[in-house]
Amino acid sequence: MTFELFLQHFINGISLGSLYALIAIGYTMVYGIVRLINFAHGDIIMLAAYFVFFGVGLFHMPWWLAALFSIVLTALVGMGIEKAAYKPLRDAPRISILISAIGVSFFLENFGIVVFGGRPQAFYSPEVFQRVIKLGNVSIISLGIIIPIIAITLLLGLVYVVNNTRTGMAMRACSKDIDTAKLMGIDVDRIISLTFGLGSALAAVGGIMWGLKYPQLHPLIGIMPGLKCFIAAVVGGIGNIPGAMLGGFILGLGEILLVAFLPGLSGYRDAFAFVILILILLFRPTGILGEKVAEKV
Amino acid sequence: MKSTAKILLSIAAILLFFVFLYWAQKNLDPYKVRILNLCAINIILTLSLNLTNGFTGLFSLGTAGFMAVGAYVSALLTMPYDIKTMNFFMVPINPVLAELHAPFIAALILAGIVSTVVGFLIGAPVLKLKGDYLAIATLGFGEIISVVFTNTQTITNGALGLKGIPQYTILYWSWGTAVIVIIGLMMLLNSSYGRAFKAIREDETAAQAMGINLFYHKLLSFSISAFIAGIGGALLGNLISTIDPTMFRFSLTYQILLMVVLGGMGSITGSVISASIMTVIMELLRAVESPMNLGFISLPGIPGMRMVVFSALLIAVALFMRRGIMGEKEFSWDMLFGKGAGRRESA
Repeated sequence: MTFELFLQHFINGISLGSLYALIAIGYTMVYGIVRLINFAHGDIIMLAAYFVFFGVGLFHMPWWLAALFSIVLTALVGMGIEKAAYKPLRDAPRISILISAIGVSFFLENFGIVVFGGRPQAFYSPEVFQRVIKLGNVSIISLGIIIPIIAITLLLGLVYVVNNTRTGMAMRACSKDIDTAKLMGIDVDRIISLTFGLGSALAAVGGIMWGLKYPQLHPLIGIMPGLKCFIAAVVGGIGNIPGAMLGGFILGLGEILLVAFLPGLSGYRDAFAFVILILILLFRPTGILGEKVAEKV
Repeated sequence: MKSTAKILLSIAAILLFFVFLYWAQKNLDPYKVRILNLCAINIILTLSLNLTNGFTGLFSLGTAGFMAVGAYVSALLTMPYDIKTMNFFMVPINPVLAELHAPFIAALILAGIVSTVVGFLIGAPVLKLKGDYLAIATLGFGEIISVVFTNTQTITNGALGLKGIPQYTILYWSWGTAVIVIIGLMMLLNSSYGRAFKAIREDETAAQAMGINLFYHKLLSFSISAFIAGIGGALLGNLISTIDPTMFRFSLTYQILLMVVLGGMGSITGSVISASIMTVIMELLRAVESPMNLGFISLPGIPGMRMVVFSALLIAVALFMRRGIMGEKEFSWDMLFGKGAGRRESA
């Protein structure tokens, strides 16, 4: 493999990795606070992409307005899901809330099939993202560079919010100990709602860019990215925001490079993430950046 | 009531039921017989998932994957040579597989065994995980089995699937298996193994402190569940006669999960009731998908609506009916005759 080809794959891997990172953040933030795998997170991605699709196709919005609109709407949907399906179960056994989460995910998928139709649709992609940039012998689509830039900017912004604002402090308090946080006067419901909103908004950005990168839209596109991004969050150490980013990049790069170096395995590319999951859980169950938590009896 | 009387009563009930099946197989139209078959298969699958999720507290979502393994094993063993070679027109079948043939009963048992082996191989690494992690890992494996089956064209015919599987699944096979699974599970759960499973479900740490080998018992429960799911998948394949890898994906697992949750996690009786009810409801819901004429207004059919109702039901059960129909209670003759209702002594 020539260096140019490698570089091309590398950039492709980075852009896929940054998408994974954006989506993984939502899992990790929610898990950090309410200890729940939000199964519906993957389907949130699908909704966001469809919102843009309909914004542009049905309401003739300019694509940037549609994207903005979609991000806000997706955040609201995320908060709504929390209010409707997770909040009533906050004191229930973990298994009930997990079943509810599976139900929501399954509902969104089937709802998508009925309302949006099961046939794949072509996602609208503005010309700005499709320009070919040449760097010596390497030619890349501008999207491959724009995705990591947007993603990394957003991730840095999120880290700033979590580390330096009062709300961020409240979020960190909730993830340490939700009962004590309540005693300290933190409005826990508001923080949880906000976490879902923020996580869904980031997932929406991820979903829209996913649609630009893989412009074929159907109601089940969210499932595989959803599962993989959860794995990314686990690989990095669930509950840990930089960990989720790291996990996302590892998974994205690994997947692309695997297919690049071993084209015979390209049919199995979806299996790669699960192999990584098993390896990490066997050798470092808390993830790369996760802290060891002693089990309380 | 004396226990011998109870056993006699149970045997009589089962015999009576098989008399009904004899009548049903002869007199009911094929559509109704098919629904009865599906009831039995769903009972088998629901019990398989309930063993891990309800009785052992392992939240597994790999059922569809194990069903796929069972269905393919049985299909390849029961299909005649000619039909096999006709199916594999894109990529020829592996010559060893083409020659293989077995009677249905051997195919069923082998389907279960191969599925158990797969379950064991998957379970050994992932059963170290707990709760949500286990759910994701098993769900992922279920999906991967479908990916693998799409890629191994010489064995599974890839995405084209297999057509023309002989329809051996008649009521005696499906309900016979269901009854054996029910009785087998009842015996298993009343044994020391079953008590160990329940102890693990209630509190892993306490169970371990009492000297229960966690890993061994979890793996045992997971493998038995895979065995039952494999047989269920085989029966399904030989009932509907066409299988392909996309059939066995997460949505199938979620359907079975709903039956488990609705019946009550940790109740055999509940699983039997909910699997039967849900199978019939799923058929009735087909009405939603076909156009309706209400006299003054005619509604167009909405394809896919069935699954929307289904998933909404799953959320509703999780929110409002957390314990399901039966909770952890079991049916017993005492309960029927109003003595000591709700004792967990089985019929």
